[in-house]
Amino acid sequence: MSPLQFVLVILVALVAGMASVLDERQFHRPLVACTLMGLVLGNLHTGILLGGGLELIALGWMNVGAAMAPDAALASTIASVIVIVGKQGVSEGIAIAVPLAAAGQVLTIFVRTITVFFQHQADNFAAKANFRGIELCHFGGLALQGLRVAIPTAAVAAVAGTQIVNQWLAAIPKVVTSGLQVAGGFIVVVGYAMVINMMQARVLMPFFFLGFVVATFMTTLNSGITLVALGIIGICLAMIYVQLNPEFHDSIQPPPGGQPGIAAANDLDDELI
Amino acid sequence: MSEAVKTEQKTSGGLTKGDIRSTYIRSTFLLGSFNFERMQAIGFCVSMIPAIKRFYKDKNDQAEALKRHLEFFNTTPWPASPIMGVVAAMEEQKAAGEPIETADITNVKIGLMGPVAGIGDPIFWGTARPVLAALGASLAVSGSIVGPLIFFVGINLIRMLTRWYGFRLGYQQGTDIIRDVTGNRLKKLTQMASVLGLFVMGALVSKWTSIKMPLVIANYTDNAGKPVQLTLQSQLDALLPGLVALLMTFGSMWLLRRRVNAIWIIFGMFALGILGYWVGLFGL
Repeated sequence: MSPLQFVLVILVALVAGMASVLDERQFHRPLVACTLMGLVLGNLHTGILLGGGLELIALGWMNVGAAMAPDAALASTIASVIVIVGKQGVSEGIAIAVPLAAAGQVLTIFVRTITVFFQHQADNFAAKANFRGIELCHFGGLALQGLRVAIPTAAVAAVAGTQIVNQWLAAIPKVVTSGLQVAGGFIVVVGYAMVINMMQARVLMPFFFLGFVVATFMTTLNSGITLVALGIIGICLAMIYVQLNPEFHDSIQPPPGGQPGIAAANDLDDELI
Repeated sequence: MSEAVKTEQKTSGGLTKGDIRSTYIRSTFLLGSFNFERMQAIGFCVSMIPAIKRFYKDKNDQAEALKRHLEFFNTTPWPASPIMGVVAAMEEQKAAGEPIETADITNVKIGLMGPVAGIGDPIFWGTARPVLAALGASLAVSGSIVGPLIFFVGINLIRMLTRWYGFRLGYQQGTDIIRDVTGNRLKKLTQMASVLGLFVMGALVSKWTSIKMPLVIANYTDNAGKPVQLTLQSQLDALLPGLVALLMTFGSMWLLRRRVNAIWIIFGMFALGILGYWVGLFGL
């Protein structure tokens, strides 16, 4: 790795780390972070492959309320370095990424606790109407979040590709690497489960099963274009659902007071008698 | 509120174009100093600084306003911009001498946080991002640069439009927006997003998982004398392809609902993979 590449790797890691807390421009998502890592390390193709594989696992990782997701940023940057510089397979990279996501989560919890101190500093600045001071507190916290990913990534980048690390990676028994590869095939369901749980829409679960069965019996789904077709079906279902849902129809809500429906039914009963 | 006051409030607009742009840029760093005490508080305050500087010239008034916006705040990041707009409109009225108390502003903020997250989480985190990411990843796993590009450009377009027009909408409508947030139109949108999101999740559970169970259950010779091998996989496929993935999804949902950290479920699945491969239940 050239010195320039080393600096660029740290820069990408810094941006990914900041994006991880901001959740704004999505530079922390594996699809973006691994691609950028691949670009600066001179192996764009591998970066994209790793990013695609990791993105599937991280699909449902999200910060909702105070709950925190596994950290995609640290996982993406270090896994990219290990795969590209350390010349490992993409599936090994994915296996390594998961413990890294856990480590990243611990680190971000640590930083989010430290920034409580910044919060109290900001209170002091507010009392003096010091705008600049509050901004400093804010972006100071952001910088810490960037460093939290940049420093570990730099450390790994400094040793990756060396003899010792390669020997260490080669020493992992085959049953573990193959087992991890097997698990990679179904670990993605955790992300899906997170999305489904977040929706909190039990009444809409039929659409989940519909999607499952339609996809199962549309055997050409592995190519990208049919995912688009699936999306079209999904949008159609969504539109039909709200169009037909009586909840959104003011016109067929029962008029206030009295129950005309029941009265009419009684009249009918009388006629029958 | 009389009709005249309402029109006045909608058309006043004391924020300059530059203020709105500055607020927009600041708002994209809303979560920068996210902390466990007051979460997005500093970010919200920093986003309100252009409005505070514009409306309050007295140091004490400025300090009061800054203090009010350092209170607890947490919602879905992108649709927080409409809340900022509403708050800016309220600050403007307060500065103009209308009877708005600090508590009124805080109540509007707190009152909007929950409903906005209720709309924002399913639309952005539950549907827009996973669907675009799935589309991008499906192209990326074959090595195409189009995959990451579609995801990055698509999601950022949605984000920028939400923030930019969200703030302007909030600022123009003021507290009237509360009717929209709790009304049917946004609920419709949320439900549509949820239907689409769940439909796509169902498809992904079926197609983007790979579980192979080569465990042989029985070997026999059929009537024609040909040897037949029954594997666990072939039997399960005869029932419903993808059944195991479906069961694993429900298992994960169950564990997540019991507040088990996602990372532990993932580690558990790694253990299951290694163990399963070792005993021959799973294959590559």
